[in-house]
Amino acid sequence: MNTPPRIYGFRGGLHLPGHKEESTRTPIRPAPVPPVLVLPLQQHIGAPAKPVVKVGDRVLRGQTVAAAEGYVSAYIHASSSGTVAAIEDRPIAHPSGLSGPCLAIRTDGLDEALAQPEWEPCADCTKLDPAELRARVRRAGIVGLGGAAFPSFIKLNPGRPVDTLVINGAECEPYITCDQLLMAERADEIVAGARAILHAVGAQRCLFGVEDNKPDAIGALRAAAQADPRIEIAVVPTRYPQGGEKQLIQALTGREVPSVGLPLDIGIVCHNPGTARAVWRAIRYAEPLTARVVTVTGGGIRAPQNFEARIGTPIAFLIEQAGGTVGETAAPIMGGPMMGFSLRSTDVPMVKATNCVLVLPRAEVRDPAPAMPCIRCGACVEVCPIGLLPQQLYWFARGREFEKAEAHHLFDCIECGCCAQVCPSHIPLVQYYRYAKTEIWAEEREKRKADEARERFEARQARLEREERAKEEARRKKKEALAARTAAPKSVPAPLVGEGQGEGAAAPPTPNPLPQGEGEAR
Amino acid sequence: MNVKSSPHLAVQPTVAQVMRDVLLALIPGVAAYVLFFGPGVLLNLALAAASCLAFEAAALRLRGKPLRPFLGDLSALLTGALLALALPPGAPWWLVATGCFFAMVLGKHLFGGLGYNPFNPAMVGFVVLLISFPLEMTRWPGPQPLWDAATDALSSATPLDHVRTQLGLGRTLAEIGGDAPLGWLAGRGWEWVSLGYLAGGLWLLARRTIRWQIPAGVLGGLFLTALAFWAADGDRYASPPFHLLSGAAMLGAFFIATDPVTAATTPRGRLLYGLGIGVLTYAIRTWGNYPDAIAFAVLLLNICAPTIDRYTQPRVYGHRPRQEP
Repeated sequence: MNTPPRIYGFRGGLHLPGHKEESTRTPIRPAPVPPVLVLPLQQHIGAPAKPVVKVGDRVLRGQTVAAAEGYVSAYIHASSSGTVAAIEDRPIAHPSGLSGPCLAIRTDGLDEALAQPEWEPCADCTKLDPAELRARVRRAGIVGLGGAAFPSFIKLNPGRPVDTLVINGAECEPYITCDQLLMAERADEIVAGARAILHAVGAQRCLFGVEDNKPDAIGALRAAAQADPRIEIAVVPTRYPQGGEKQLIQALTGREVPSVGLPLDIGIVCHNPGTARAVWRAIRYAEPLTARVVTVTGGGIRAPQNFEARIGTPIAFLIEQAGGTVGETAAPIMGGPMMGFSLRSTDVPMVKATNCVLVLPRAEVRDPAPAMPCIRCGACVEVCPIGLLPQQLYWFARGREFEKAEAHHLFDCIECGCCAQVCPSHIPLVQYYRYAKTEIWAEEREKRKADEARERFEARQARLEREERAKEEARRKKKEALAARTAAPKSVPAPLVGEGQGEGAAAPPTPNPLPQGEGEAR
Repeated sequence: MNVKSSPHLAVQPTVAQVMRDVLLALIPGVAAYVLFFGPGVLLNLALAAASCLAFEAAALRLRGKPLRPFLGDLSALLTGALLALALPPGAPWWLVATGCFFAMVLGKHLFGGLGYNPFNPAMVGFVVLLISFPLEMTRWPGPQPLWDAATDALSSATPLDHVRTQLGLGRTLAEIGGDAPLGWLAGRGWEWVSLGYLAGGLWLLARRTIRWQIPAGVLGGLFLTALAFWAADGDRYASPPFHLLSGAAMLGAFFIATDPVTAATTPRGRLLYGLGIGVLTYAIRTWGNYPDAIAFAVLLLNICAPTIDRYTQPRVYGHRPRQEP
């Protein structure tokens, strides 16, 4: 019918073994509701949500249990019915292994939904005012399901002209297949969601970017999108990190997102297919985000597959549902093998951003042998999708030459891991870049603190001088008045009053306890 | 649990594999060498390999570094091989050992070992020998093909040296062309050794062990400069093929200049780095005091590599061209 969209490609990248087949042999299976759901209050970028229920309250599926706090934040809903068991700090899935504020629900097995949804379902999203649509997406607690978990309603509120909506169905990381199966099985809902987003951002064109290793997803999407000429399904050659937002935008449009900018700066908004589907369900059925598709896979999992699991399900429960682990396994990874982080414990809940739980046999993970020195072979330069010089950044990070690292665009690094994957010296390069970034941030914080302290100090100095001058002035006036009094023969005692006033004006600075206190406080 | 930072997958290539590939790629050139000049070069290779490994081990021991990973990375073996191929076959054992000592200790370990040396270690060893022992270093045997035992193995000048000397005596290239050391394109026998190195180099390119920029730069620079002068005066300036197939041009382009540690690392920088070596090689060959010049050219460009890298950074995604900090 119409010509396939032009593919521009992106720089660098890698061919990685896909390992997609393992988890795509069976369709998405709804996971059972676990006995306890743990909902971290911060599953998104932005401020943590604020609980609106108390310990002991009975909650129903779809009920708001924590409300967004401020603009950049997200609502959180009960993923099943039960009783609020605790609102406290619990271990969460985070690279640091730290705990965070969570709301735990002891489920009752009834999985009872709210009788009346918290907002009205709407059969035709195009009848809805974009502002109202965004409000509902916000109430539904939808965040980017691709991994970043940025509150979606904000991206539906561009405030600037948008010409193209990109739906990122590249799913380039090995092992992960949640988007692939979702696109194959629920293409109509995803396409409907894309239409809703087009309406919300006022764009006229939607490009689905899907890698060519997912023919089933491509076929389903083509069929679903056939009726809408605004929607094109762009098939891109499989190459990691195609699914990086910047890379996919470049591959589909030939445009580059400016450094330290947003896709919006070049008239593009990018969403994940799972997010599009969640948007559709939030509008059509008034359904908040309480479940998502998650891939449980890897050579260490007995029966790899995709689950539609409730947000807050413990990772250990999911692994059990997939038949448990086999053989000697490495630490489970949340996310993919290239950009995910390894978990210290499986006793943490999956969150809205959890797309994959990967358990690899110990033999398949990077061996902990000490790295060899960099031989500057430049393999990393060839694969860097950003065009950085990873080996130079490594030297600068190692030598703590952070200024040079910044000058070599350290902060443009997307941490895709291509460089570390091809390094013959087995240097964990990305780790060095993360280290350099955090050091630079820490330095900036220190500098800001020092600047503030200096400003405080200078303000204090200025105030002391001012006060000294005022004192001086008062003394001079007093002297003048005295001189005038002695010069003039005895007169009315009026100057005495003036003298008293003068003293009064000069009085406050003299004790001066405050600045000393300040000095001590520092 | 063993918690690690991403990426998590096991990494395939190793430094030893890279070095092993380069060593394997030397085989065609060495085979041609043995075929045309007899097995003397093998003695050099064995001696240099043993010396380099011994000096590497000693240096590692003195520096308190583990022996196994660094001896196993094959880099010392490669340095030894490259140095051995640059020396005249049948060179005295102490000459080879001295070269290896300077390559490994002065050229490599004094700077911090693998990855930290600014100069190509094999070329450091070679230049030390060339300057210190000019007599031994210029005593090259003539071609002594394995299939032709009758040919005498008297030492003779290398083709580059011969052409140089004869040009100095006022003969033209047309007159020199029929002399004994010269073959159909370049030096008799040497041209085949060079073609062997070329074959190995192309294999390395196909395996993506080395990238095209440096060899293309070296050979391109040498070819284009030679072409310009040869076109201007074919009687006094040797032809481009003669330059490409003589001396260490092919060995240098594919095996020596491509030493990643001491070369430029940006794609454009590597091209420039190679071009510099090519042009400089021609200049020293033609107007300098030494018949061949790959070693000097490589060492001189080693000095320039950091500066070249600095000014040839690729454009970064999302940055406008020429927008530098």
